[in-house]
Amino acid sequence: MSFARTARALPTLLRVGFAEALAYRAEMLVWILSTTMPLVMLALWHAVAREAPVGRFDQGDLVAYFLAMFVVRQLTGSWSVWLINMEVREGTLALRLLRPVHPLVSYAASSFAEIPVRGLLALPLAGVALVVFAGDRLTRDPVLWALWALSILGGWLVTLFVNFAIGLLALLVESSTKVMDVWLAAYFVFSGYMIPIELFPRWLRGIVEIMPFRYQLGLPVEIMTGAHGRLESLVLLAQQGLVVLAAGALVALVWRLGLRRFAAYGG
Amino acid sequence: MRAHLVVLAHQLRTSLALAVQYRADFAMEGVVEVLWSVTAIVPLFVVYGERAEVAGFSFGEALMVTGFFTLLQAVLEGAINPSMTLVVEQIRRGTFDFVLLKPRDAQFLVSTARILPWRSLNVVTAGALFAYGFARLGRTPSALELGWAAVAFGVAVVLLYSLWILSVSLAFHVVKVDNLTYAFGAVFDAARWPSSVFRGALRLLFTFVVPLAVMTTFPAKALLGRGTREELLGGLVAAIVAFGLSRAVWTRALAKYSSASS
Repeated sequence: MSFARTARALPTLLRVGFAEALAYRAEMLVWILSTTMPLVMLALWHAVAREAPVGRFDQGDLVAYFLAMFVVRQLTGSWSVWLINMEVREGTLALRLLRPVHPLVSYAASSFAEIPVRGLLALPLAGVALVVFAGDRLTRDPVLWALWALSILGGWLVTLFVNFAIGLLALLVESSTKVMDVWLAAYFVFSGYMIPIELFPRWLRGIVEIMPFRYQLGLPVEIMTGAHGRLESLVLLAQQGLVVLAAGALVALVWRLGLRRFAAYGG
Repeated sequence: MRAHLVVLAHQLRTSLALAVQYRADFAMEGVVEVLWSVTAIVPLFVVYGERAEVAGFSFGEALMVTGFFTLLQAVLEGAINPSMTLVVEQIRRGTFDFVLLKPRDAQFLVSTARILPWRSLNVVTAGALFAYGFARLGRTPSALELGWAAVAFGVAVVLLYSLWILSVSLAFHVVKVDNLTYAFGAVFDAARWPSSVFRGALRLLFTFVVPLAVMTTFPAKALLGRGTREELLGGLVAAIVAFGLSRAVWTRALAKYSSASS
């Protein structure tokens, strides 16, 4: 399982993943439709800010924040946990193990290839809405946009590794999708998805900032709406990098523990 | 009527047996259910940390809306969505013929086909929300208010059910409508806030086209003694019309149904 061989296979893996995602575009569209929570939250916060701004957020800032949140969720999403659970249960993981490419690399490739398809489906409408309704609230600094791109990559990696770690738990327990549900509930509340991190009460904010959720969604949105300067963004990006590393180490651990127990049911 | 009750009892027993066959899952589902309810409440805590009143609703009053939202979500996800998934699957495979062959009303059989019992935990959560909300408001609802709220909630359930029967009738024409459950779930999320949060076109949309306001805000207002006669009467008329319409559409769709298997 050499590095060179994996690198050679990667373009093909990505092409296959892209074709798969394209084939299931209707399902993808429905998934996008079911991620409207930022818009529902926007309605509430918009009403809250009707008379006076909340914190530093006036109504325009809130529109920018939640539309950006919708876009960032599309760009950093991954659902490998469901795929891994299914493949472990049905035993088809054995087929992936036989291939000369690490199974996690192939999962990562197909998850990565979904992003452009989701982008193609969601961005025309959401991106235009973001620019038209809240274009003036987005940062103009090209350096910050470059950092934003990195933070998107980091956010996707955290999400992917969490999906892997929880998905591979299925090797140790029968089914880990319920564990994912628990994670998702916390992720919705503490990532900035429903409530901008800044608006949490002070005592809770300290806790939220050391949880990994913010680095999945909140950070990219904060950078693109100009909440942080360059230096602050860099520091936060470094922290995101640490979260990525920690999540990656967790994946490696669960993989080693789990694979020892794997028996290809029905494979 | 009697025969239908016997069938209902059997259907419920089957659903219960199906639900408890994986015990660990059953307990986990309960935990997840409670956690999801918490996600609906945390934003309210944060929002009302900033303001004493939002869109004419105080914290205690907004909790009533969330309470009815939680109850209705239990109905939607516990009784309506599972049955819908099942019937759409049956229509696609052609096994819906077996339902039609049974000597009971098909709509009744379809509506009671599958329930998820752990969703009833939401009733406890909703009860806690009501209790906490009234504790914050420092009063208890009168019998009259409780009665009106019950009527208004009945209206909400009938409206939801009618919308569901209309969607299932659609499944006879376009086979893949199970995705509708996700789309509707996403729209339904907007019902968790008092409807006065929305303004302009959205408000009209959520009152008359997708009657979310009627479903959660009206019962909450009735419970708070703030409901108007127009809201209650309008809701009742809407529920009767929607139920009649959905039954008519269902009957027509059934008449045109040609099995998928033959």
